[in-house]
Amino acid sequence: MSSRTLPDLIPNAELTLPPQAERTLPNGLTVIAIRRAAVPLAEVRLRIPFGRAPLAAATLLSQALFTGTGTMSMLDIAAELQAVGGGLAAGLDPDRLQISGNTLAGGLGRLLEILAGVLTDATYPGEEVVTERERLVDHIQVALSQPSHLARVALLKRMFLTHPYAVQTPEADEVRAVEPEALRELHAARVRPDGAILVLVGDIDPDQVIDLAEKALGGWTGTAPEGEIPPTPALRPGPLLLVDRPGSVQSSLRIALPALTRTDPDYAALSLANMVFGGYFSSRWVENIREDKGYTYGSHSVVEHFASGSALIAAADVATEVTGPSLLETTYELGRIASLPPGEEELEQARRYALGTLRLGMSTQSGLAALASVYAGFGLRLDHLRDHSAALAAATREQVAAVAARHLAPALAVTVVLGDAEKIEPQLAALTAVERDVP
Amino acid sequence: MASRIQIPATKYPVERFTLANGLRVVLSPDRSAPVVGVAVVYDVGIRSEPEGRTGFAHLFEHLMFQGSENLEKLAHFRHVQGAGGSFNGSTHLDYTDYFEVLPSGALERALFLEADRMRGPRLTEENLRNQVDVVKEEIRVNVLNRPYGGFPWLKLPPVMFRTFANAHDGYGSFEDLESATVEDAQGFFDRYYACGNAVLSVAGDFDVAEATAMIERHFGDVPARPAPVLPDFAEPGLDGERRETYVDRIAPLPAVAAGYRVPDPIGSFDTYLPFSVLAEVLTDGDASRLVERLVQRDRSVTSIGGYLGFMGDEYQVRNPTALLLQAHMPPGGDAGKVLRTVDEELDRLVADGLQPGELERTQARMSARLLQGTDEVLGRALPMAVLELQRGRPGLLNELPRLLGEVTADQIVTAAATLRPESRATVEVIPGAAA
Repeated sequence: MSSRTLPDLIPNAELTLPPQAERTLPNGLTVIAIRRAAVPLAEVRLRIPFGRAPLAAATLLSQALFTGTGTMSMLDIAAELQAVGGGLAAGLDPDRLQISGNTLAGGLGRLLEILAGVLTDATYPGEEVVTERERLVDHIQVALSQPSHLARVALLKRMFLTHPYAVQTPEADEVRAVEPEALRELHAARVRPDGAILVLVGDIDPDQVIDLAEKALGGWTGTAPEGEIPPTPALRPGPLLLVDRPGSVQSSLRIALPALTRTDPDYAALSLANMVFGGYFSSRWVENIREDKGYTYGSHSVVEHFASGSALIAAADVATEVTGPSLLETTYELGRIASLPPGEEELEQARRYALGTLRLGMSTQSGLAALASVYAGFGLRLDHLRDHSAALAAATREQVAAVAARHLAPALAVTVVLGDAEKIEPQLAALTAVERDVP
Repeated sequence: MASRIQIPATKYPVERFTLANGLRVVLSPDRSAPVVGVAVVYDVGIRSEPEGRTGFAHLFEHLMFQGSENLEKLAHFRHVQGAGGSFNGSTHLDYTDYFEVLPSGALERALFLEADRMRGPRLTEENLRNQVDVVKEEIRVNVLNRPYGGFPWLKLPPVMFRTFANAHDGYGSFEDLESATVEDAQGFFDRYYACGNAVLSVAGDFDVAEATAMIERHFGDVPARPAPVLPDFAEPGLDGERRETYVDRIAPLPAVAAGYRVPDPIGSFDTYLPFSVLAEVLTDGDASRLVERLVQRDRSVTSIGGYLGFMGDEYQVRNPTALLLQAHMPPGGDAGKVLRTVDEELDRLVADGLQPGELERTQARMSARLLQGTDEVLGRALPMAVLELQRGRPGLLNELPRLLGEVTADQIVTAAATLRPESRATVEVIPGAAA
């Protein structure tokens, strides 16, 4: 066998941001337009603040938003969007209603006109709303059979207690009780441009496309009441919460830890600490419980940002018979990152990964649109990438170790395990205090 | 209806050449973002697995990440991610792919990594046992521990096909996975992972001359080994409708999937392409025929989708393959009734043809989706590699929007007329967790 040398990396060129323009229209809508002309398409993201909206009605509104306007049926909306190569869909999170889509670039004007019709004149026709309501109820029933969903539901409750973020999926019965009139009222109250942000990315001229958006959406007016959500409560570590799922052939392990907002001076260091622990494939956690032990197909930890607070969430689905050993290794890896500084090379590797994936994320229209829209939701613009890159490049081992001690210590963890309780409770109880979920 | 929107095309450059050892190479430079995508595809997939070794092609894919001549276990992952990149691999019916996307300054490193494992992975008992465990967890998380796991991609082929190659479970049985040996893996590598049986493709931010020199440097001395003879997996179509049911112990609601054989995606590409448009006419969005009828009007399904190829890889699959329809139903849903309504709608399409504008709007949306896919470097590197491997035609990626735009209403009707109940295979999910 001959020995060959790994080629060196050519250092990244300086980060260049794409051409962009921004304007807040008289109706309060902020429009951000970004040019990436690689393919003749345009991406559209509209975020409308929706904090504290009644959950069942808001969820159904997001499903039924495109069911009709004063001048167009559901079929007309879908067909006319399709005719310009377009498509739109709506989704809800605890902070916002988000409308996303894309179109052939030449159809952007028409897509915005159709969108304006929906925003200003959605009628929520009874028949269509009832169909969407039944579909949503079925969808919720299917979600309740998915371990990932059930584990998430249990974790959110444990993390957020009585805070509005604690429950993010409505009960089927609550959805069944929502009448079309409630959607019309909610739409009138909350689907308003003041404070909303529209991001347009693609084969466009940024200034011209803002004019186009103003022309199409200038007639959308009004202000919504304050939907401010209070800051998230501090996590309260306690016994591991065990949720029974009889017959489960895997256990879903979920851990929440305290995190920092994107603009915190220590956020870059926390991102790097998270990478080293479990934030990418070449992390200690994956190398341990997958590549060494074979307990899981994959584990992953990520910092999630909500408008009112951030949390670090670690997730792995592991074989039932090694649930205890998986928790043991996870606790060990958290303890290790919280107690000892990372190795120099492993920190550099995590740093290069973090910096490289920023560039990958900016390399497509849809990636740019997602990034610009998420950032804008936190009051940031794409130029924050420069600051964040600089902070990632500058974070020292000492800073990473210090932030890991404050955020990744296993003593701080809120832990939920969903699985076959009869089989896994003894394994878990050998390691930590366990409390059964009372349904 | 306004005048038809112009369907645009991409003009990604395509360079093709073959190294002296038989490795085919496709280069597609585009300097609009400082990233590169590298893909290596091998002409072997699930259909080539031997009997008693279900799931082996996929297990072997995992083993290709476990170290090679100059790389320890874990080194591949660390070198890609430590260069700021991401990696993965996937196993399909007819091919297996390995790929990276990285900042452009890491291109040579990615080529080094791919060449090193093309010379030979480190196949050890320890790594094999470890990855058998990992694959079992993958099957648990994706199939056994969730509702509708493997539906319909693993559940429909055994109803539709008779030969082992086409019908068997591509994820594999635990028994077969556990009985796999290092010798099996070495034999599989020797037989199928020849550089004459592979294509390397690079897309994105690079200079063609520089990349060509790097490729020569790293792959030029991979020993020449010829490709094995390409097997023919053809088998006769069904001689009557076939229907099966199974109980999914986790699923709360019923579901049904139907498959219809379609023309050879490569040998009969001209007659295959209209089926691609037909699937969208039937199921793409609220204005499509089956969504409008079954979801909105009848409320007999909560969702329905239609596509070509069991893994949705419509232009990256060989004969035999299928047009699939897959529907989820409300409580108490009646699969027989849903299928009869599908037949009714197909009859209506065949009898009355398409509505004005229906074809054009479907084609416009399809082209937008295709274009969006090619905006990512891997959305070019991967399909171009497979199009070269299977057709010798990587540039087809640029031509697809136009070719789909040229499909006529008559061709759609002709295609629809072949989707008959007597040539259909269906599989129905009985909800084992119904309330």
